[in-house]
Amino acid sequence: MTLRHLRHRHSALWLAALAHRLSGLALAVFLPLHFLTLGLAIRGEAPLESFLRWSDQPLVKLAESALIFLLMLHMFGGLRLLVIENLSWRDGQKQAATIVAGVSAAIAFFLLARMF
Amino acid sequence: MSLWRGGEKGRYETYKVPLRENQTVLDVVTFVQRHLDPTLSYRFACRVGMCGSCAMTVNGRPRWTCRTHVSRVATRGQLEIGPLENLPVIKDLTTDMRPFFEKWQQAKGAFVPSQTRGDEIERIRPDSPARIAADAAIECINCAICYAACDTVRWNSDYLGPAALNRAWTLVNDVRDGATSERLQAVAASGGCHACHSHQSCQELCPQQLNPTASIAGLKRRTMWAYLKGEI
Repeated sequence: MTLRHLRHRHSALWLAALAHRLSGLALAVFLPLHFLTLGLAIRGEAPLESFLRWSDQPLVKLAESALIFLLMLHMFGGLRLLVIENLSWRDGQKQAATIVAGVSAAIAFFLLARMF
Repeated sequence: MSLWRGGEKGRYETYKVPLRENQTVLDVVTFVQRHLDPTLSYRFACRVGMCGSCAMTVNGRPRWTCRTHVSRVATRGQLEIGPLENLPVIKDLTTDMRPFFEKWQQAKGAFVPSQTRGDEIERIRPDSPARIAADAAIECINCAICYAACDTVRWNSDYLGPAALNRAWTLVNDVRDGATSERLQAVAASGGCHACHSHQSCQELCPQQLNPTASIAGLKRRTMWAYLKGEI
């Protein structure tokens, strides 16, 4: 795909589909790392404790809230698609996609504020 | 304006055309063929937005050129016009529409009568839910703009595409049709309605303001229930 192909691909719904796909990929990459971290607890308290101390850094907390944003975006975006495919059609999908992004950002920001 | 010349491995060539009031994109393409280069190939018929044969890619976006005013789409007095995407290019601005129409056939897009001419004419209430669903999707002019805009078609050459599935949805909701089961089977197969990712580019760009995504979502529900009931 070249830049020429992107010229009509900028509607809110196309961007929602792109965000859904990319957030899904990011979460697929994150999940093994998440389980690896949980696995530290099996090896003993010290390795997990040292990782948790490392994760107290502001940049890591920022990355965590970005992760929460992606998770929310993927979950609510997926729910929107399930509604489209399993219930009667509802107009206003652009607004629904915008609300999904807004609610996801609000939740991520709320948790980020609580972390500091 | 730049026009695509040649086949799949062609290139854009530049032409100067006069800017006039109330000219359509089809008008300027016609000007090039009539006055600058008679070897230019393109396709049109009705010129009034009914036949669906003049669709091209205008400044990167699939459009019906006979109803698209130059003043609305030209950027800094320039236009770039190419053939529709997702279809083989025959020459210049003409694409081979066979894959598009073959998929209409695969989706069982032809009406199958359930009665004979000797039977009474079936009474259909215009306000019945099935007729309302069919009416909402029935004004397709086969222009293939949705097919050219669809990313799933781009990724999956077996995908039937928005127009064929939209047509199938109108027939599934037509109580006079006698092939619903076969049609649901056809659209539930690989490359059918369940391959749609609901990007809604088809709805965004349909010149008739139809919503093929809604039709495809309807087919997804109907095929799922038909499968659960053991009908397909």
